[in-house]
Amino acid sequence: MRKGKWIALLLAAMLLLTACSTAGKPAGTQTPGQTVAPPTPFKLGLLIPLTGVFAAPGKYMQEGVQLLLQESDNKFAGRPVEVVTADSQGNPQAALTQARKLVEQDKVDAIIGPLSAAEGNALVQYLDGQQMPTVYPIVSSDDLTQRTIPKYIVRTGWTSSQTTMPFGEYAYKTLGYKKVATISYDFSFGWESVGGFVQTFQEAGGKVVKELWPPLNETNYQPYLSQIPKDVDAVFVSFSGSAAIQFVQQYKQFGLGKPLIAQGNTVDESTLQATGPSAVGVVTPLHYSAALDNPANKKFVADYEKAFGHGPAYYAEGSYVGAMVLKKALESLNGKSDDHAALVKAMKAVNLTDAPRGPVKMDEYGNPIQNVYIRKVEDVGGKLQNTVIYTYPNVSQFWSYDPKTFLAHPVFSRSYPTVK
Amino acid sequence: MRRYGLRLSLVLAGVAILAALPTLGLPPYYVSLFTQVFILGIAAAALDLLVGQTGVVSFAHASFFGVGAYTVAILCTRYNVSSYVITLLAAAAMATAVAALFGLVALRAEGVGFLIITLALNQIVWGLAYQWVAVTGGENGITGFFRPPIGPFAASNVNYYLYALAAMLVSVAVMWVISHSPFGLVLLGIRERPRRMRALGYNIWSYQYAAFLLAALFAGLAGGLFAYYNAFASPADLALPLSTQMLIMVILGGAGTLFGPLLGAAILIFLSNTFSSLTERWPTILGIVYVAIVMYAPEGLLGIAQKRLLPSLNTWLRLRQRREVSAAKQSESPGDAA
Repeated sequence: MRKGKWIALLLAAMLLLTACSTAGKPAGTQTPGQTVAPPTPFKLGLLIPLTGVFAAPGKYMQEGVQLLLQESDNKFAGRPVEVVTADSQGNPQAALTQARKLVEQDKVDAIIGPLSAAEGNALVQYLDGQQMPTVYPIVSSDDLTQRTIPKYIVRTGWTSSQTTMPFGEYAYKTLGYKKVATISYDFSFGWESVGGFVQTFQEAGGKVVKELWPPLNETNYQPYLSQIPKDVDAVFVSFSGSAAIQFVQQYKQFGLGKPLIAQGNTVDESTLQATGPSAVGVVTPLHYSAALDNPANKKFVADYEKAFGHGPAYYAEGSYVGAMVLKKALESLNGKSDDHAALVKAMKAVNLTDAPRGPVKMDEYGNPIQNVYIRKVEDVGGKLQNTVIYTYPNVSQFWSYDPKTFLAHPVFSRSYPTVK
Repeated sequence: MRRYGLRLSLVLAGVAILAALPTLGLPPYYVSLFTQVFILGIAAAALDLLVGQTGVVSFAHASFFGVGAYTVAILCTRYNVSSYVITLLAAAAMATAVAALFGLVALRAEGVGFLIITLALNQIVWGLAYQWVAVTGGENGITGFFRPPIGPFAASNVNYYLYALAAMLVSVAVMWVISHSPFGLVLLGIRERPRRMRALGYNIWSYQYAAFLLAALFAGLAGGLFAYYNAFASPADLALPLSTQMLIMVILGGAGTLFGPLLGAAILIFLSNTFSSLTERWPTILGIVYVAIVMYAPEGLLGIAQKRLLPSLNTWLRLRQRREVSAAKQSESPGDAA
């Protein structure tokens, strides 16, 4: 009987403690009495999943930003950077609540994040309404920089179809595949990845014989693999995280014997080692590879391994470049961040020549124009890597289409483009 | 009524304080957290009608909540409805309709069987929300609508906070009346002695069904309010973790106490939001708290208050009364009893 009361008291104490600790955190830190006015710190909000399904890639995102801060001596344009990390838990509801905290309580100057497309979509209305300059380094929903462009969000990553549109052509013309089946997880990222591929593959003359859409949390892909016609030349897939590991391994075990091609993050470095030898030989497009052979990337990978003890993945490079864009924009404004519209404008005007992924230039819709690398998974010295075998330079989110014509079509979805 | 006098004044005082908080200078972030507490509190209290009062534990609560949220979102985006009354009524109605269907299936079973069936039903709705992209927007959810003005007032965060507070008060008041009505007492009887109730001639099934529908009605209303709060509806609003969270709110606060789940909602939301900014390990801390409560205080916090603290107070009062009465008797006629 006594225990119950003690539990209640303990809980009350915890509540009081948390209330005090968060109330006690002032909006800005006080620097103890200095005679010279120090530059006001730049508060950076990092909205990433630290728990939940996306915790692992979320950690990479955090490390990417940490590495850039380390290299910049923790200063952007001479202002010390204060990072406030908020756990979006990978779901839109929590992301919204934490975004409110960052904007209204912590009063950050800019936000980097989140990770998933669902979170990204949920935050647009709120962040735009609050006029909070935001960098989306990973969220790749096509439409965010196509038909419904937010005013205060800058995308420094990619669109899902930006990489698969050139790949559709590559698969037909260079790899020589004429008939392909597609399998992808059943939500917007999968639809857009497959959509881009199907569009250009069909236009080049290829034939897509089947499209399969396993649900998001599927773990057994046998029923889908057995539906693939035996006369295809290759199978194009799009998965990520643990689903990618499962699928690639099961594909090999199934023994269809046909080459596997995929959207880039299916064999992203964050899951590649866990996927193991089943992944060798898989060809994918992406705007980055940890094995990219340019001086900036070599330095990035070396510094990353030294700081964190493991190699980077595209999530880390994504947030690294996102933070880079923010830093360059601030420098161009001499550190002034009060005018939010000006900061966003400066971010959209950034032109990076020394990003690990190569040159990055923003298009007028707020999406990067960058190289798309065709990579092949190879075993080099016992370790798997994405060796770059071909480069499409300066690819925009519209590939070779005129933007107006492209935008006149609906967004890639389960039913568009139609399979002929 | 005298018994309720003290409690009523306490409740009114609490409400007055809550209503005054924003003007007293509550930071905007906490205003939004409290709004969440009010909205989820309605859903948790509704679940308590089912769990605490009728003794029926259901995992399908989030599906009704989510159906309410999507109803509001769809009405606002596709049909441009700008009246709270219409959308919220529609949300409650849709949720009740879904519950009417689910109840027919689920209430054929009891106890664990019922629990599993409601879990499956929740997952069906969740899967539907993901796949039926044309209606629900799939994983992206539905955005692109705003809160209409509340009567003559703008739908600012503070005004919506007050609106949610008012909605919570009205809902909980209605639920309180229901739970203390003869209908509610029958529900209590069903929870305690279903066989005896059956022997007395009550149709257990129809009372349970009615309770199921009532719980869904308020959950749908809460879901609608939630959609307005976020200006967003997504499959997360009807996912299983939300169902579990609501059950935890009920257990934390005290099943059967109606106000307990409100407290539970407050604890859950505040702890998870403030802990998550202190440490990455916040789910572990929350987990420890839940386990401790379930092991040592299964009646929940308010349950402890009602069962342990209040009876102690009552016993003390009664002892005092008895002492006074026996003292008075003794002074009157010392030797009469013998």
